[in-house]
Amino acid sequence: MAPEVTRPFDDSEEMEISFGPQHPATHGVLRLMVKLDGERIIEAKPIIGYLHRGTEKIFETLTYNQAIPHTDRMDYTAAATNNQALVGAVERLMGITIPPRAAYIRIMLAEMQRIASHTIWLATHALDIGAMTPYFYAFEEREKILDLYEAYCGARLTLNCMRVGGQPFDLPDGWTHRLRQFIDQFPHRVAEWEKLLTNNRIWKLRTVGVGVISAPDAIEWGLTGPPLRGSGVRWDVRKALPYDRYDEVAFDIPTGTHGDTYDRYLVRMEEFRQSVRILRQCLDRLPDGPVMAKVPKVIKPPKGEVYHSVEGPKGELGFYVVSDGSAIPYRLRVRPASFINLQALPALVRGHLVADLVAIIGTLDIVLGEIDR
Amino acid sequence: MDNVWIAYLLVPFVKILIILLAVILIAAYMSFAERRIVAFMQIRLGPNRVWPRGWLQPIADALKLLVKEDIVPARAEKFIYMLAPALMIIPSLVVFSVIPFAPATTLFGVFKQPIEPYLADLNVGVLFVLGVSSVGIYGVILGGWSSNNKFSLMGALRSAAQLISYEVPMGLAVVAVLLMSGTLSLVGIIEAQRSQGVWYIFPGIVAFFLYLACGVAETNRNPFDLPEAESELVAGYHTEYSGMKFAFYFLAEYANMTVISCMITVLFFGGWLPPFPNWLAAAWSSPALAWIPPFAWFAVKVAFFLFCYIWFRGTFPRYRFDQLMHLGWKVFIPVSLANVMVVALLVLLVGGGK
Repeated sequence: MAPEVTRPFDDSEEMEISFGPQHPATHGVLRLMVKLDGERIIEAKPIIGYLHRGTEKIFETLTYNQAIPHTDRMDYTAAATNNQALVGAVERLMGITIPPRAAYIRIMLAEMQRIASHTIWLATHALDIGAMTPYFYAFEEREKILDLYEAYCGARLTLNCMRVGGQPFDLPDGWTHRLRQFIDQFPHRVAEWEKLLTNNRIWKLRTVGVGVISAPDAIEWGLTGPPLRGSGVRWDVRKALPYDRYDEVAFDIPTGTHGDTYDRYLVRMEEFRQSVRILRQCLDRLPDGPVMAKVPKVIKPPKGEVYHSVEGPKGELGFYVVSDGSAIPYRLRVRPASFINLQALPALVRGHLVADLVAIIGTLDIVLGEIDR
Repeated sequence: MDNVWIAYLLVPFVKILIILLAVILIAAYMSFAERRIVAFMQIRLGPNRVWPRGWLQPIADALKLLVKEDIVPARAEKFIYMLAPALMIIPSLVVFSVIPFAPATTLFGVFKQPIEPYLADLNVGVLFVLGVSSVGIYGVILGGWSSNNKFSLMGALRSAAQLISYEVPMGLAVVAVLLMSGTLSLVGIIEAQRSQGVWYIFPGIVAFFLYLACGVAETNRNPFDLPEAESELVAGYHTEYSGMKFAFYFLAEYANMTVISCMITVLFFGGWLPPFPNWLAAAWSSPALAWIPPFAWFAVKVAFFLFCYIWFRGTFPRYRFDQLMHLGWKVFIPVSLANVMVVALLVLLVGGGK
């Protein structure tokens, strides 16, 4: 569907604009050098690094539990899944099995995070396409989740809510009741958002057939998460390589067929419902018991290396840990989903219009904190 | 009143002053209304701090914009850059000179002779409105081009294309009304609706929706707000403007919205006439409601369409540029042409016009 650029470039009036890093639609500090022929995009080159903090280098100076707060700041819209990926990697390296209650709490925190992250995606994506109201509707629900996080660990954004070997705290009194209240009303809110957008003529005009990527291409670009599933590839780390007892809960992997912005939208909307389904199962069979396994005071994984990945809201988030047997990682490499999904942007936007550019940035759901690290 | 000075200088001058102030105030308070109403739609509060309950917010905004630094970007075309906001706001204010707000009145007996509360009743009033409001395009194009900013330029180009495209179906929608009324005078159109006993919305429902959609497009409002699409072009053609120059663009936009709402009211909803003239007489135009002044009817109708503008903003996503052009040229123009034919046939069969 992407219209081909047919005019020869040399006799056209090209215009090069710097899109960002301070631009309302770039979700942070993404900068794009966009070459335009009128409104049509000839080339878009992402320039990243404006939020580089050297997180991976900082990891090499900290103990494993000290590194957890730094993962909060990578994908700052999904701190819980970042924590989950890091502690999961270290636990796998050390061969620790966390208690079932801790695993279920982790699943709940992670699924809440998926909902919270997707609400931000929906809010900003709709705002970029010009629909202002869903932004506030979505943020209202996110607020409720943040309240639940606050009740659990005291933080709302940078949670730091997991430790190597389990969970730092048990659930506070009444928390499960509050979560149940939330998931009872949340599907109605999702239906409300869908009423505003899903069959909206303009919304469909703006998203159907925009930023199409075929399944083989999506795999070759290394896309993960909703951008991959939107192209029809049934790949979800939670199902493919289950961690933290995800094999005990039932859920479906929603997939699209066309690989366009609209399908990715539908996939994420369905993921809201699947997350609620997982949360409900977790609440129903939350086991009793300790939340922390027996781990040494100083975490010293044996010499070796491990790659562990989780299904973050943006896609596969992996941590590659190399340990030299000391309390400090020798190397801690992150595979951020946003970084790899962003790679496909130039291919996705070629030949599209400027208005599609912001729609495609929105649909990839990138977070610059994770890209630049 | 036989004094020439009073009749030709003082009275028009007072009228101009009142209309100008009223329009500027309405435009300013439209921004306030918009912020509050959209906020209500979006489950938030909106400006409610400036005493009382935010009602002085537009005044505070105006004061802020007045004292703000007036920035002219380096290498901008200075003269044109200064000229553009004026070109934008003057037409949008001038248009109000022909808008008939209410019929001639003695203002509850204050005046001996009835005076007309509008400035002029041109026999080509509709043409005047269409023509003068088109001049505003120059403000957009020149402002976008002269600020030496690529985003502004793109916004200006989009705006120029959009305004020109949507003026055609808009004009054709008006033609349908003119066929029915047989006059180009805005007062005449209202009188025609009274004498024919029907608001033109009923025979001209298609024309009404065309005019509404084109009117929204003409004023660069959601869902046709591409020229100032925040997420794409930062602020479109007025990206570089600050202070009072920005305020002029802002005021002009809201004044234009008011113009369009007034025009819809006059063309399709009988202007100051109560619902419904000589028709369904039982309910609404009964003597019981005769005490309501005509201006109130006019104001209520205009307010409703202004509310519609805000409502659209709270509801719709934004069109893409090519889709906008497609809609304008391939949908609206054929439909409006067909509508002219149908209305002409209707006028032939049923009568109407003069």
